[in-house]
Amino acid sequence: MERLRRTMMFVPGANPAMLRDAVLYGADSVMFDLEDAVSLKEKDTARVLVYSALKTFDYSSVETVVRVNALDAGGDQDIEAMVLGGINVIRLPKTETAQDIVDVDAVITKVEKKYGIPVGTTNMMAAIESAEGVLNARDIAKASPRMIGIALGAEDYVTSQKTRRYPDGAELSFARNYILHSARAAGIAAIDTVYSDVDNEEGLRHETELIKQLGFDGKSVINPRQIPVINGIYAPTAKEVQKAQEVMAGIREAEAKGSGVIAVNGQMVDKPIVERAERVLALAKATNMEVD
Amino acid sequence: MVENKLKRDIPAVYADKYGVYDGEFAQVAPYQAATKRVKPIKPNDTKLLASIHDAIVKTGLKDGMTISFHHHFREGDFVMNMVLAEIAKMGIKDLSIAPSSIANVHEPLIDHIKNGVVTNITSSGLRDKVGAAISSGIMKNPVVIRSHGGRARAIASGDIHIDVAFLGAPSADEYGNINGTKGKATCGSLGYAMVDAKYADQVVAITDTLVPYPNTPISIPQTDVDYVVQVDAIGDPDGIAKGATRFTKNPKELLIAEYAAKVITASDYFKPGFSFQTGSGGAALAVSRFLRQTMVDQDVKASFALGGITNAMVEMQQAGLVDKLIDVQDFDHPSAVSLAENADHYEIDANMYASPLSKGAVINKLDVAILSALEVDTDFNVNVITGSDGVLRGASGGHSDTSAACKMSMVIAPVVRGRIPTIVDSVTTVVTPGSSVDVVVTELGIAINPARPDLIAMFKDLKVPQLTIDALKDKAYAITGVPEKIEYGDQTVALIEYRDGSLIDVVKNV
Repeated sequence: MERLRRTMMFVPGANPAMLRDAVLYGADSVMFDLEDAVSLKEKDTARVLVYSALKTFDYSSVETVVRVNALDAGGDQDIEAMVLGGINVIRLPKTETAQDIVDVDAVITKVEKKYGIPVGTTNMMAAIESAEGVLNARDIAKASPRMIGIALGAEDYVTSQKTRRYPDGAELSFARNYILHSARAAGIAAIDTVYSDVDNEEGLRHETELIKQLGFDGKSVINPRQIPVINGIYAPTAKEVQKAQEVMAGIREAEAKGSGVIAVNGQMVDKPIVERAERVLALAKATNMEVD
Repeated sequence: MVENKLKRDIPAVYADKYGVYDGEFAQVAPYQAATKRVKPIKPNDTKLLASIHDAIVKTGLKDGMTISFHHHFREGDFVMNMVLAEIAKMGIKDLSIAPSSIANVHEPLIDHIKNGVVTNITSSGLRDKVGAAISSGIMKNPVVIRSHGGRARAIASGDIHIDVAFLGAPSADEYGNINGTKGKATCGSLGYAMVDAKYADQVVAITDTLVPYPNTPISIPQTDVDYVVQVDAIGDPDGIAKGATRFTKNPKELLIAEYAAKVITASDYFKPGFSFQTGSGGAALAVSRFLRQTMVDQDVKASFALGGITNAMVEMQQAGLVDKLIDVQDFDHPSAVSLAENADHYEIDANMYASPLSKGAVINKLDVAILSALEVDTDFNVNVITGSDGVLRGASGGHSDTSAACKMSMVIAPVVRGRIPTIVDSVTTVVTPGSSVDVVVTELGIAINPARPDLIAMFKDLKVPQLTIDALKDKAYAITGVPEKIEYGDQTVALIEYRDGSLIDVVKNV
């Protein structure tokens, strides 16, 4: 079963208290930021801090992601420190081509070999933040077996498109759908962009409902207060949970009988229905709903 | 040295004088209430005097006497500094002062101590520079730290005998009827001052808003007031009561508040007619927001909220979620306004609020109290008076009172503040004994006092992480390391009275 990535929380790499507290707020993934959230003169500090945090604090309840700098801007040093620290996922910002991923993959492989870490331990994801990146999303998603997801970075993207963000999100429609399709074709996660107006809960709710409907795994978040809102929208209804439980019970019963065809409440149950039921139950468990 | 029940060493000289802590209700026994000397006022007498100087002369204040003040003006108070400056100018020495608390704004007190004007202090708290100065050992006699209920008890029982109370009055008439809801610098409830007025030999009302007789509502009546002085300003309104206290946006405080609200709403106490008290700190205040939502969702209305009233409680009362507000002090301007306008928002004095020796304090009827802490130890003892460096910087407040009396006391605090652990092996100073503390709520989850197996059973299905207090301490130390021991001197700089008057701890100089 693929892990849930409803919420991926940005944590500035140079802020020790936030590194310490990152696990508290119920995010599925925490993303330590060594890139835009860190000023040039603090790049080394942030790298050392995040490495120490990975070695000191217990992050086992979340997926750890780090947004590294571009390879020509200290990214290779970032990758070495993070891989050594045991990070789960290296996230490359501003990915334009599959080659960008191949290059980072090579650096990770080198570091893993250097420290005797099994090659392939470290996962990767790519943030796509430009027209070029969006159009190459399909290749980017498949560029490395380390890839677990691609994410839309909308702020840079809308600027490159000569527009800005609007409440209805029409300007992101193509990018979202194309990234989503690319991710699904590659069998990896699709993560939506941040909602930057932290105090506008209604706007966040609206946008999350939209991207959930499209099929995104979840959203990046910039403030812990956004997490319960997003997780709440991804929470299934009691009726959905009951239906999913019936499907899974039907499957178990059919397996016990050795029967090939399964019907629940008079309806045929096939593979996609089972997969959906499994995801509903995983989401239910993650939101503390009662699940048998 | 005498060891008290919590194994804290109390120097024999103080142990003999005050007694040592021997359990929450060990000293509760019948007693003779204090009396006061009354100078009657005849029909044509005037109480209105031209200046603070004249009032000091009229009261016959002299060396060695005890004077008191209230702290309803908090950081906006001008009264204590004005009065002490005048007293110092007049050459009066060796005074005992008994303000209900001391704020940062009272820094001039340091010079009055050094110059021998003030030689004894009792107070709920000591902040910042005054606290640091006293911790450094500038006073020969230790400060006596008393809880709000403990101070009321000490005054009502005669442990503190106030010769002259100088009481800042947001509005007063020339005959001494006072309230805190009208005037230029309103503070709302005068709950702490009401006790002083009732028991002091002489009361001087100091006001910047003299109103025509009779001034109503009457918080402190003319029958308790000897003199009235009008001055230009008694305080800075912004320092006294800020606008509506705002909810925190700090995610950690919100998380702690959310956990605390879940504990309350999952408890058996959460039913129609329940009662609660929250503080004014960031997380404490946010508890009421989460609590409010569940009260609406489950249609549970409270019979009263006690405090320490804030705008959050006022709004809940106006929304019909809380029947009555019982008010010993107000933390913001809207709650002061509410006290003036709303008959179901009722002012009480500190004796009725929290005294262990009254004929029943309101806290005895309280279901749930939310309290803060500088430190909590693995015996659930709480420190709210000294920092981790041993320096006096907090206030006893109503902490030990409410936690002893209410049905479920909850201490909310982050596990670590900056690089300092909040959950520790042994608190720097005990203010509230662990036996009074039922649930500790942190951002990592809650720890229930093993002395409350009923609560452990009550919360067994609660979807909030539950740890032992030792596990919380371990998590704190894993981040901060084990704190180094504080190196104290030999001088006792503060005595920490339990609410019953016995000594629960002492503070040495650092």
